[in-house]
Amino acid sequence: MGADLMARPLPLMAGLTEEFYGYCTAGELRFQRCSDCRVWRHVPRELCAACGSFEWSWELSSGRGRVFTWTVVVRPLHPAFAGQEPYAPVVVEMEEGVRLLGRVMDCPPEELEIDMSVEVAFDDTGEGVSLPVFRRTG
Amino acid sequence: MSTGACIVGIGESEFCRGEGSGLSFLGIQLQAATRAISDAGLSNQDIDGIMPFPNLGTAESFASNLGCRDLRFAATLNIGGAAPAASLGTAAMVVSSRAADHVLIPAGWNAYSGFRAAKQVAEQTFAIPGGGIARDYYIPHGLTAPPQWYALIARRHMHEFGTRSEHLGAIAVAMRKHAQLNDNAVMKGKEMTLDDYMAAPMITDPYRLFDCCLETDAAAAVVVTSEERARDLPGKPVKILSSAAGQPYPADEITGRVDMFRTGLTLAAPRAFAKAGLEPSDMDFAQIYDCFTFEVLQQIEEAGFCGRGEGGPFVEGGRIELGGELPVNTHGGLLSEAHVLGMSHITEAVRQLRGTAGPRQIKDARVGAVTGWGDFGDGSMAILGN
Repeated sequence: MGADLMARPLPLMAGLTEEFYGYCTAGELRFQRCSDCRVWRHVPRELCAACGSFEWSWELSSGRGRVFTWTVVVRPLHPAFAGQEPYAPVVVEMEEGVRLLGRVMDCPPEELEIDMSVEVAFDDTGEGVSLPVFRRTG
Repeated sequence: MSTGACIVGIGESEFCRGEGSGLSFLGIQLQAATRAISDAGLSNQDIDGIMPFPNLGTAESFASNLGCRDLRFAATLNIGGAAPAASLGTAAMVVSSRAADHVLIPAGWNAYSGFRAAKQVAEQTFAIPGGGIARDYYIPHGLTAPPQWYALIARRHMHEFGTRSEHLGAIAVAMRKHAQLNDNAVMKGKEMTLDDYMAAPMITDPYRLFDCCLETDAAAAVVVTSEERARDLPGKPVKILSSAAGQPYPADEITGRVDMFRTGLTLAAPRAFAKAGLEPSDMDFAQIYDCFTFEVLQQIEEAGFCGRGEGGPFVEGGRIELGGELPVNTHGGLLSEAHVLGMSHITEAVRQLRGTAGPRQIKDARVGAVTGWGDFGDGSMAILGN
């Protein structure tokens, strides 16, 4: 198992997660949106927690958002991330109201600020899936 | 008011790092369990209800080892470190309804010699809170472990309320001071100043080394029975005045919470205080689940010991130290005694209410709160009294 632990951990491509990352891999950020009450949601869910509707579709996000919070990992606690430190997983509040986790690729951790404007980009892992990440726009 | 149930026995293993316990993860819990049963004046066979900690043994294996031949109740609350304080409430219902008479609640692990948390996260993604959500949406970005999850909340709190590293340090220093009065604390003999705290290496900003709980080999256990049955037992019972649990929303995902500070305890604490007919200001102490320093600050706020955003100033000036307004974690807690998954917060509360806490005894302690925190912020509170 040792060798596997060094490999980059990727999402399990199944169900709604496969659909979400399928769009990312095609260069689109889409979130679920309720067809009845029009509330956006992320992470993917089976039904709308606001109104209970099972009707929804994947709708295109503006891709724009603002930094909500982050942490700077100085001592990685997973072997696959050793050597990347310091790095910062960042929570971004998107214009649609949902929040999305990812790194701001062109921003050193010490320059991060709450409410900093960012836009989505896609990081091709080389393993057949792209992860949503961010770039500074502000 | 009371639940009609009480804690009649407590037991602990030795707490250690270094060479480790030399016991299996089940063995170290059985050591604590048999000490708790003996402390209650019962025999192992009297145990007819068992509530194991999540993922740390089955009731069947505990019962088989102990020789319990009439196990009538077995359940585990899958809320991580919130389980022990919440299990007191479940056990109280069980003994009050006579579904079982003597409920054992054990917890413990060889977290130093057996496995380390960082290794477990990498190898057993399925076992961590959020399960597939963490695997699919957190871990690919390098957000892989509890201090990192909670640091997201701490950073936001610092932004909104001006909470500072010195506030977190005041908590770490208070726990360390208390550990100097506890022979079973692994940090006894290792005093720490705020300067020491600030000089320690960063782990995941804003958490430095001493913001993080210990990894130790440690176990503890309690036995719960009815007040009626307790009258026939030799010791001084400690009453379970109330217990309540709660979950954040959504419980399986941290980043999307509209209000990131609303955790399980935000809901559980008012229920626990109302059921006991008491207020936060009535508490002679609070044993607060201290996986990381900020979680202590946050729970102090969400439990109502102060207002939200006031936790930073509240923990300063010795207010949470012995002799202060609200002594917190008089044993040293997960930060400076040992990581016993929240169970040693209960055993310490019982000692304080029995008046057997030795050099760290709070004079005339009559009532105190114990909290639990687990997974992505599940919460619990038990209020105990003598």
